[in-house]
Amino acid sequence: MSNKTEIWQGTLALMILKTLDTLGPLHGYGIARRIEQISGDRLSPNYGTLYPSLLKLEQEGWIVAEWGVSENNRKAKYYKLTRSGRKQLEREAKEWNQTTAIVARFFEPVEDQS
Amino acid sequence: MKLRAWLLRCKGLFSKQARERELTDELESHLQLHIDDNIRAGMSPQEARRVAVMKLGGVDQTKEAYRDRAGIPFLENAVQDLRFTFRQLRKNPAFTITATTMVALGIGASVAIFAFVDAALIKPLPYKNPSRLLFVTQTTPDIPRANLSYPDYLDWKKQNRVFASLEAYWPQEHVISTPAGMEMVTGAQVTASFFRTLGVGPLLGRDFHAGEDLPEAPRTLILSYASWQKRFGGRQEIIGQPITLDQEPFTIIGVLPQNFHFAPVENAEFWSTVATSWGCFKTRHCHNLDGIARLKDGVSEQAALADVTRIAKDLETQYPDTNRNVGATVAPLSEIIVGDVKPILLLLLGGAALLLLIACINVASLLLVRSETRRRELSVRRALGATRARLIRQFVIEGLVIVVIGSVAGLTGSHWAMQILKGLIPTDMMSGMPYLNELGLNSRVLIFAGALAGFAAALFSLTPAFRLSSLDVREGMAEGGRGSAGKVWTRIGSKLVVLELTTAMVLLVGAGLLGKSLYRLLQVGLGFEPKHLITMRVGAPYSTYGEDEKAAVALGRKVVAEIKSLPGVTSVALAQTLPLNLNGNTNWIRFVGRAYNGERNEVLQRGVSSDYFNTLQANLLRGRTFTDADDLTKPNVVVINQTLAKKFFPGEDPIGQRIANNDLNPRSIKEIIGVVDDIREGPLDAEIWPAYYYAFNQFPNNSFAVVVRTSQAGESLMPVVADAIRRIDSRINISGETTMTARVNNAQTVYLRRSSTWLVGGFAAVALLLGVVGLYGVVAYSVSQRTREIGVRIALGAQRTTVYRLIMKEAGALALAGIVIGTGCAIIAASLMRKLLFGTPPWDLTTLVCVAAVLGTSALLASFLPARRAASVDPISALRAE
Repeated sequence: MSNKTEIWQGTLALMILKTLDTLGPLHGYGIARRIEQISGDRLSPNYGTLYPSLLKLEQEGWIVAEWGVSENNRKAKYYKLTRSGRKQLEREAKEWNQTTAIVARFFEPVEDQS
Repeated sequence: MKLRAWLLRCKGLFSKQARERELTDELESHLQLHIDDNIRAGMSPQEARRVAVMKLGGVDQTKEAYRDRAGIPFLENAVQDLRFTFRQLRKNPAFTITATTMVALGIGASVAIFAFVDAALIKPLPYKNPSRLLFVTQTTPDIPRANLSYPDYLDWKKQNRVFASLEAYWPQEHVISTPAGMEMVTGAQVTASFFRTLGVGPLLGRDFHAGEDLPEAPRTLILSYASWQKRFGGRQEIIGQPITLDQEPFTIIGVLPQNFHFAPVENAEFWSTVATSWGCFKTRHCHNLDGIARLKDGVSEQAALADVTRIAKDLETQYPDTNRNVGATVAPLSEIIVGDVKPILLLLLGGAALLLLIACINVASLLLVRSETRRRELSVRRALGATRARLIRQFVIEGLVIVVIGSVAGLTGSHWAMQILKGLIPTDMMSGMPYLNELGLNSRVLIFAGALAGFAAALFSLTPAFRLSSLDVREGMAEGGRGSAGKVWTRIGSKLVVLELTTAMVLLVGAGLLGKSLYRLLQVGLGFEPKHLITMRVGAPYSTYGEDEKAAVALGRKVVAEIKSLPGVTSVALAQTLPLNLNGNTNWIRFVGRAYNGERNEVLQRGVSSDYFNTLQANLLRGRTFTDADDLTKPNVVVINQTLAKKFFPGEDPIGQRIANNDLNPRSIKEIIGVVDDIREGPLDAEIWPAYYYAFNQFPNNSFAVVVRTSQAGESLMPVVADAIRRIDSRINISGETTMTARVNNAQTVYLRRSSTWLVGGFAAVALLLGVVGLYGVVAYSVSQRTREIGVRIALGAQRTTVYRLIMKEAGALALAGIVIGTGCAIIAASLMRKLLFGTPPWDLTTLVCVAAVLGTSALLASFLPARRAASVDPISALRAE
């Protein structure tokens, strides 16, 4: 259970970083919606779970937060990727690709053994 | 990155409220944005809000998760628990004070005693590689550690194959002239490489050169640090300066380091090389030195002993007249320096440890009782979702707080206790234990204190935590909340009380046995009456009185006459060696007219003046004592003690028989004129040796002690007597003024036993108190648990006496168990300290019975109060209270 949470938190963090990388500064609500959209609504967590992850990323120094005003004139806290955050994203993306590639190979149909 | 996150989280601990507000704002804005979107999508405002809130999820959960991430939840909880603990402790001042006082007492006592153990036994001696240093001396059949003679020493030094170096020393006092008059200064004479063997270099100046201990070398002097400071104001220019000791010129060549000490010569101020031109250094008869040696690498103590024994055997064949039966012995130097106090210190440490144990048990049971009374609270907290770990942590923190407060108080207390205990040691006793000067709260002592605190903390937090594991929430919350738990506590509690009473019994028996040994020691027959006797040592210049025997006799007579004329003086005598000194200063005698084949008849020899035996009020058994007329012009006479008479003249009349040195030198032949009852010449706990007393007037000396019997307590007369002696010759030095009673009371054997009796007695008293309080606690708790049962019994017609019996029986069983187990343990413990007992067996029945009676009576008193409360239970209110 807790393991699963950790994995979820890890992937969530990666998704947040990627979102900020693609869309630039964005508030928590926007990030949540974006994740939902990209996943084609298959990933629809409670929006609240996002905030501890944002805080963690902020503490790690990968994102910074600043209060701003939204396009429809609402006060909102905007998150922005830092330089070390971008590096971290690159690192994680690479790792992610490697991992998925390796795991994918295990699930490829094996022919030469039959 | 990780570090940065942690730092931020630590910071988060303090800016909690601001963060909390910001999160609320952020979530608010999140909702607003979502609601806006929903409305745009065509929902009604209510619907929009409902969906947004639902999608956000539990706000409180979010906040909680956020909070955990923002700070360090474990630490925050700990702070919360800590606050709660302090609140709890403040609410129960009686519990808090009792618990912390007990911890402070136990830790304080243990740490103070441990500091002594550390200073004496653990801290290495201030020499290089001290474990390779040996104390080397000769033995005779009667003396396990006899001094070396100088010629023997030289042979040992030359012939041994096991020592990197072998050096010798002996204490030597010097008289120096100061502006205040003549003064006696402690000192030691050593062979040239003594300090190099110890591995000690001078702080200032130089060490003795090799060969500087030869007779032709100019005399040189090294000062102790204390002496350099006290007598020469710590001036550097002192090196190379001349100084006159005993009318002989010396040159000061060095100063020893401040931390240097060498207990066998106590606080020696002046260190010089051996004066080998003195007669004693020329004969194998005269034994005055002790040896120290550094073992060669790889050589064991046993090998060294075998080697010196071989040399001693060779010398025995070579010089049968002087070396018959002279063996060799070696011992680690540290054993010689701290050997005497080792058993006492270990005993005291054991006592303090038991006290700490009993204190900890008491606090642990207090905590247990508290955990019982808090069952409701704990069950409620558990039911509200507190995890078991969280509840256990609460107890751990409570235990830690008590231990920390107690330990800090205990350490402070131990610091004072050390100073007080050290101050209680008489100065001359202290000078034999220079290592105690470094007593203090050093790192080793602090680590020890930390370990004790850790042990106590573990005990205190684990006991209630262990109880907690059996906590049943439903039962705990049930009205009344008693059930089986009360019985469980009573069972654990009574076991703890038996343990406490056992410990108290062991300590009480220990104190009792020590006290009885002390009493026995002070009851030992001295052979003289110590009351109203004052003594002091007189040192007259050797140049005038040392070489001229007639002058020395005349001086002795004048001293006696001068003192006798003082008001308040009843009688006066002179003695070469005072009683209660040592079983040493012996001679090897033979009997004129008896066959002799070289056997070693080693006896004490003591020179005394004519009035010595009546001044001491010793008991003359046969014949006569000396008169003043027994002097150089008369044939030599001696008085012997009863032990000598019994040993060498069984069934014979010794009067008129003659004794002599083993070489039958005519000057040494003396006729026995009387037999006195044994006077205790050695320590109180040592055997009586055969002794003979010769007449001072026939073998006079320039240095002797005076013994003065006064009509009243004599302390005030001491300066008057000293002045009277100085009037005879202003160059005379007076030292060691004391009373005979003080000599008895301050004798090391008495002092060590008295101090340990007091300390162990103190520990035992506290242990008794704690044990009895513990018993009271258990019985009182059990009564409170059984109020209803007792009420029912009384309602059904039980007599009050039956109730009394019921409760007292329960308490009695506990006390009895404690006493029985305690007796067994006490006998085992006492056997371990047998060395310290005197005239008292470890199973001494009177002590055991008395202690059992004291413990039993106190236990009965302690259980009487709850028993009375039980007997006065009102059945109606007891039943209604349910």
